[in-house]
Amino acid sequence: MTVAAEGSPPLRMAGARRNPLLQSEAVQGFALISPTFVYALILLVLPILVVIAHSFWTQNYLTIDHTFTLENYRIALTEPIYRDLLWRSLYISLTVSLLTVALAYPIAYFISFHGGRHKSLWLFLITIPFWTSYLLRVMSWKVILGYNGVLNSGLMGLGIISEPSDALLYNSTAVIITLTHAWATFAILPIFVSLEKVDRTLVEAATDLGDGPLRSFLRVTLPLSAPGVISAALIVMIPTVGDYVTPKLVGGKDGVMIANAIQAQFGKASNWPLGAALSVTTMIIVSLMAGATVLIIRALQRLAR
Amino acid sequence: MLERVQSERIQSDRTMIDIRDVTRSYGSFKALDNASLAIREGEFFSLLGPSGCGKTTLLRMIAGFDTPTSGSIAVDGQPMDGIPANRRPTNMVFQSYAIFPHLNVEQNVAYGLKRLKLRGGEEERRVEEALAQVSLTGLGKRRATELSGGQRQRVALARALVMRPKVLLLDEPLSALDKKLREQMQVELRRLQQAVGITFVLVTHDQYEALAMSDRIAVMFGGRIAQVASPKEIYQRPVNRQVADFLGGMNFVKAEIVEENGASLVLDTLGFGRVRTDKPKSFMRNGGAATLGIRPERLRVLWDNATAKFEVAGKVVERHYFGEITHLIVEIAGLEKPLSVTETNDFGADDIPVGASIRLAYDPEALVAMAD
Repeated sequence: MTVAAEGSPPLRMAGARRNPLLQSEAVQGFALISPTFVYALILLVLPILVVIAHSFWTQNYLTIDHTFTLENYRIALTEPIYRDLLWRSLYISLTVSLLTVALAYPIAYFISFHGGRHKSLWLFLITIPFWTSYLLRVMSWKVILGYNGVLNSGLMGLGIISEPSDALLYNSTAVIITLTHAWATFAILPIFVSLEKVDRTLVEAATDLGDGPLRSFLRVTLPLSAPGVISAALIVMIPTVGDYVTPKLVGGKDGVMIANAIQAQFGKASNWPLGAALSVTTMIIVSLMAGATVLIIRALQRLAR
Repeated sequence: MLERVQSERIQSDRTMIDIRDVTRSYGSFKALDNASLAIREGEFFSLLGPSGCGKTTLLRMIAGFDTPTSGSIAVDGQPMDGIPANRRPTNMVFQSYAIFPHLNVEQNVAYGLKRLKLRGGEEERRVEEALAQVSLTGLGKRRATELSGGQRQRVALARALVMRPKVLLLDEPLSALDKKLREQMQVELRRLQQAVGITFVLVTHDQYEALAMSDRIAVMFGGRIAQVASPKEIYQRPVNRQVADFLGGMNFVKAEIVEENGASLVLDTLGFGRVRTDKPKSFMRNGGAATLGIRPERLRVLWDNATAKFEVAGKVVERHYFGEITHLIVEIAGLEKPLSVTETNDFGADDIPVGASIRLAYDPEALVAMAD
């Protein structure tokens, strides 16, 4: 073995020059993606590794104690405050993704099946809210849901309520409403794309075989558009778990989510290791939840047959 | 001969599909222009024509995917106005087959039966039976994505037949298959239709397909039905040049009407002289001119000193070899266009040199008079 290793390097180098691998498509492909890959490595993988490393250390006033410990994870998983915040974040993101997908599907369906020649106009109209900043959109929900807001004065004007309700703003419902509106486009687009791919003759075939409009939708269109539903659910679910701005602005004390706690640890509380442990825990739980969502939708798809 | 006897036994004179004065307009364009047609029970009927002639529009209106602008369609005596596609006694084999990609073969075939909630294994029995009819027994668990083109077509057929429709509609079902498989499926489709006895309506642009499979053919051009007749009659007695041309090669010779009476015509032509032919039922005189047609294979090369009662003399100007047949282009004195002649190669037609003078025999029965 040693002899072979000593004798082989010159041979190997000579071989490498003529190596057909270097001319192969795979190598060329890697070369093409390498700038992006390096970029992702530096700005995505490295920070995550730093966060993971921190999660196993301890904050010692101004310095960091680099001895390995699981204490941060114990706190993150057992302290009631973090447990509650995590549950609430998961509940909010799950509700938001369910609502968003449920509301986005009819819109995507309408554009895809009945948009006619104006499909691109419809899609364009859907992106219009994105021309304003996200903060402005959140602030406008504040105007709508606030104590002296549009909704309260409207309901009072109609005589449905006698005095303004303070149950509309500064709670998790307000967060859910705002996020559902904010993420609608991201759910409409993937569902639209998957509906566009549904061969219309399949719907005709289902009709020909006796299905009415509802049955053919449930048995053909819906199962075939499941990939779009899955990606829409994930696109909404994953970022909303860690949303920080929305709960901060419309959540009040009942709408605080895990990201607000993480920010506090990295900021005021100045306990980076605990913040890191909370982040890693959230990441793992979100991944598990995303995986579970895919499995559940697939199972539903199989049931529909 | 046997085939003929069988088909006559199954067919009846009862009308299965009654199409009356159906027009379908898209704006000012008429996809179908006042078409009337009666398709009989148990018949293998083909709608033949070039793309855009309205044949698919008509088929889709029978299925209920399109509605006539005016006119009416009845299936088995029942008017179809306002009846949606899912409640019609028709089933369709789509051009793309439209196999559900998320279901396996069995689930595809059972798709329409699920709604009927059949009891006591009836559903499984019918699926098995349908798969056997299209020779797919044992492939029930195969995924739709793992099927070849021919198999997909069989699944589409089984899926429609399992519903036991009164009418099976086929929209260019063989166009996606390669030549050999297509010819095999033509025979199988015909056999299947004879076995189940269901009325088949086939849409095709392939004249050989229509000729090989159908009991009757409707030839369509530009939204109108030009001729409805048996394959033999369509081929041998086309009503006009358009139909004749679409149904394969045809030599056209200018003719002048000398005499016309109830059953026959006397025509003067340059190459063929004065000929007397049967007058086609639909012959509509249009001035004094007419066209005489003869199929290339109805002209035979006369060898050596052989003679025939009816012959024309000419000179070979081109020769094309096609394996079992040779195609000769023969110039005839007086004719502005040379005649095409198709001769089988068993007597050495492939050895006739270009430039040779030959004589051609023909049967006056093979001459068709067409209005200009």
